[in-house]
Amino acid sequence: MNKYAALYELGKARIQQLRQLPVRKEQSLQERLEEHGITRREFIKWSAVLTSALALPMPFSELMAEAAEVADRVPLIWLNLAECTGCTESLLRAYTPDISTLIFDHVSVEYYDAIMAASGWQAEENLENAMRDYHGQYLLVFEGAVPTANGGSFLTIGGKAHTGLEIVKTAAAGAGAIISVGTCASFGGVQAARPNPTGAQGIHTVIDRPVVNISGCPPSSTNITGTLMYFIMFGKLPALDLLNRPKWAYGARVHDNCERRGHFDAGEFVEMFGDNAAENGYCLYKRGCKGPYTYNNCPQIRFNSHTSWPVMAGHGCIGCSEPDFWDTMADFEQPLSNQPVRGVDVTADKIGTVVLGVAAVGIAAHAVASLFAGTYKGRDNQK
Amino acid sequence: MSQRIVIDPITRIEGHLRIEAEVDKNNVIKKAWASSTLFRGFEIILKGRTPFDVGLLVQRVCGVCTFAHYLCGTRTVEHAIGASVPLNAQYLRSMMLETLHMHDHLVHFYLLHGLDWIDVVSALKADPAKAAEVAMKYSDEPIAAGEGDLRAVQEKVRKFVESGKLGPFANAYWGNSTYRFTPEQNLIGLSHYFKALEIQRIIAEMMAIWGGKNPHPQSVVVGGVTCIRDVINPARLQEWVQKRAIALDFIERAYQADIIMAADAYGKEPSVLGGVNVRNFLTADQLLIGPDQHLFKSGVIRNGDLTLVEDIDPYLIEEDVTHAWYHATHPQQPFDGTTIPAHTPFIERETVYGVLPTVDQEGKYSWVKSPRYAGEPVEVGSLAAIAVNYARGVPEVVSTVDEFLARTGLPQEALFTTLGRTAARMLQTLIQARNGKRTFDALLQNIQTDTATYIPPTLDPNKVYKGYAMIEAPRGMLSHWIRIKNGRVENYQAVVPTTWNAGPRDGNRKVGPYEASLVGLKLEDPTKPLEILRVIHSFNPCMACSVHVMDYKGQSLSEFRIDPA
Repeated sequence: MNKYAALYELGKARIQQLRQLPVRKEQSLQERLEEHGITRREFIKWSAVLTSALALPMPFSELMAEAAEVADRVPLIWLNLAECTGCTESLLRAYTPDISTLIFDHVSVEYYDAIMAASGWQAEENLENAMRDYHGQYLLVFEGAVPTANGGSFLTIGGKAHTGLEIVKTAAAGAGAIISVGTCASFGGVQAARPNPTGAQGIHTVIDRPVVNISGCPPSSTNITGTLMYFIMFGKLPALDLLNRPKWAYGARVHDNCERRGHFDAGEFVEMFGDNAAENGYCLYKRGCKGPYTYNNCPQIRFNSHTSWPVMAGHGCIGCSEPDFWDTMADFEQPLSNQPVRGVDVTADKIGTVVLGVAAVGIAAHAVASLFAGTYKGRDNQK
Repeated sequence: MSQRIVIDPITRIEGHLRIEAEVDKNNVIKKAWASSTLFRGFEIILKGRTPFDVGLLVQRVCGVCTFAHYLCGTRTVEHAIGASVPLNAQYLRSMMLETLHMHDHLVHFYLLHGLDWIDVVSALKADPAKAAEVAMKYSDEPIAAGEGDLRAVQEKVRKFVESGKLGPFANAYWGNSTYRFTPEQNLIGLSHYFKALEIQRIIAEMMAIWGGKNPHPQSVVVGGVTCIRDVINPARLQEWVQKRAIALDFIERAYQADIIMAADAYGKEPSVLGGVNVRNFLTADQLLIGPDQHLFKSGVIRNGDLTLVEDIDPYLIEEDVTHAWYHATHPQQPFDGTTIPAHTPFIERETVYGVLPTVDQEGKYSWVKSPRYAGEPVEVGSLAAIAVNYARGVPEVVSTVDEFLARTGLPQEALFTTLGRTAARMLQTLIQARNGKRTFDALLQNIQTDTATYIPPTLDPNKVYKGYAMIEAPRGMLSHWIRIKNGRVENYQAVVPTTWNAGPRDGNRKVGPYEASLVGLKLEDPTKPLEILRVIHSFNPCMACSVHVMDYKGQSLSEFRIDPA
């Protein structure tokens, strides 16, 4: 059987199931769209865009639109741990027209400390009520790493001063699905950089349940909302890579789709920020770009309503969606090959010359990437 | 008989903050304690890294005031190694910082602070036609406040409320008697709450034009900026101008109008007419409008004396840790500090919600240190920027402040209140938005003849360097301090706005701005402490920024040891 046909049936069944859940808000998505001046046609167009972003065949866009309409039946709990709130801010900046945010808003937000009106005792009541009333159903999102050193005492939340570690375990036990948004929740992030003073870890390491990692510092709002939509549509998690990241977003290296890739292949490099080569948009590899080692869709999706992305702004990729990038990808203004301890890379001058040819470039880069992938796989297997 | 109140989490802020207070039998706060409950250890992580990566890493201190730490960290390294920065890069950095201020202040007033002033449920009782007339009182050209706009917002929220599922508005403090807007005023505020969500996205796009993305832009490097292609691209320049105009329009016609409306409605509400009980203020230079020329100027005011503004002496800054979860024998200057973290447990105590863990007020109770200037606590933020520059007689500041006071009928003293602190943030934003185009024009003129954006810095690994930088972040004066040895970071320290404001008592029992601001505040119902939220939110807390430490050895907290710098 065609795998897409099976998936489509699964999606249909899931939406049927969602439709039967009690209505949580009276206003339909259609009405809300109209209030924002968004026509049905624009909405369908958006569904098609998101469907193609998720690498699904076009008939799925209809399913996507249908899922969006029933999305208000999925209760959401969003917990902030050791973090900087940058991922929340990224979500706030979702595209104009603001359909992604609108849909996110249409999820029933039960607890989200960055935006909720209630504080203190009343906020905790909201959390406890939601975990009880929607046990086994709620979508649980984590933003931030969990500090584990010293029994978790580097983070306490709430009047009862529970540690972040305790809260993660309690909330995860009753969740329908769990998503880690950002590199901190996914892999520990900046506070886990050497020497990781607080024992900060990604959420998946402290609980015994599958977690989808939407890494990035921060991830684009499209990567966040796209993954939520997949869960709502199919009631399961999307296809994931070795690091539990959705393949539709993290399936290719930044380097593969970079707008400056042609210059890499032609051996044209920026030698110094602000030089003529920089003015001409040459490749940033020699200024430390980590695009060849980084899996993300930044070149296609970009950030802030498609305004830009770091390479477009003339700075190399720093590898922010990869585990331990603060340590493994530093120094950020130097190619990895220039650092004596690594030595897994050949120099850009060799790799980029036309003489070597495009095929050889691809092979070399793949070799490097698979070295990294092997490391992560090995570590994942240990836990 | 006094009673203990515990509020944790304080929501609608960045990070993790706990406030405790003791009220007397009349529900008046006698003492208050602020505790930050998350520790991440940034300065430890920075040690041993290349100074060129410092900016990117410290930016991750905070994703709300994203860019502020990036810029400050980069400038700290530049100061230490004596790097020059081309004028174009200086203008671009100033424009990005201006964007951050606009974004942060709008998000703060509407999304974070707004629900302390706007009663969402009351807005449902409003007559939209009447509300549209009311809006004309506060602006000659109100935005998103026509009868039709207001009716649509009201219907949208009505359906939401009637469904019984309030989402983020659930279980809050609606109906509290210190909400002073009329239903019509609440509806106007609510309409702007939704509109602000749209506008903030556009402002964030402005930063992404030069920064590649927002939050966490990526185009600032030691020696300049990397976005040369955007700078010389007329389409990009125009994109900036267009989006900037949209932002300015909203700030003039909504933000300013809503603060004038708040002054009208809350001008006699006692719970917002105190709250500034530390009268020392510090602010840094801001908004570069020409070579070496900032519109807002740095300075210090002590004991509320507006007749005397002193220049800042950075060596008078010290941090005290008597009541913070660190050991130290005496207050320390950031270059030379030692830090030995030492977490102590909470103490169980009877509270209005029953027995709960509470702060050990005689001992240590927060991850935030207590910075002092010449031994005194200091408030930083928009109020400090406005007070210092008003006192310095900066014409753009004096005229805007005087115009506001005349329009609202408030006396100058009203600025030094919770209401005034919130108004000062709007005034700072308005002055920036009205004058920020001067930075852009200066850039435009300069790139006619000079397109330099970067000067390669030199770092001699055999030399020892030290440096600092002070910038005006959205929440106030931010300073970073560095020592470099063997070409690597030897020591790093950040003295952050929320640290100045939220720090615990010091060894001389001097109380910092947060804790002082709550003393004397009367609560309607101690179990639903809206009045406390309003005062604390008026500072715009940012806890992730405020917590840091310098160095450690060993694995467990009790074994942390710090090398003297």
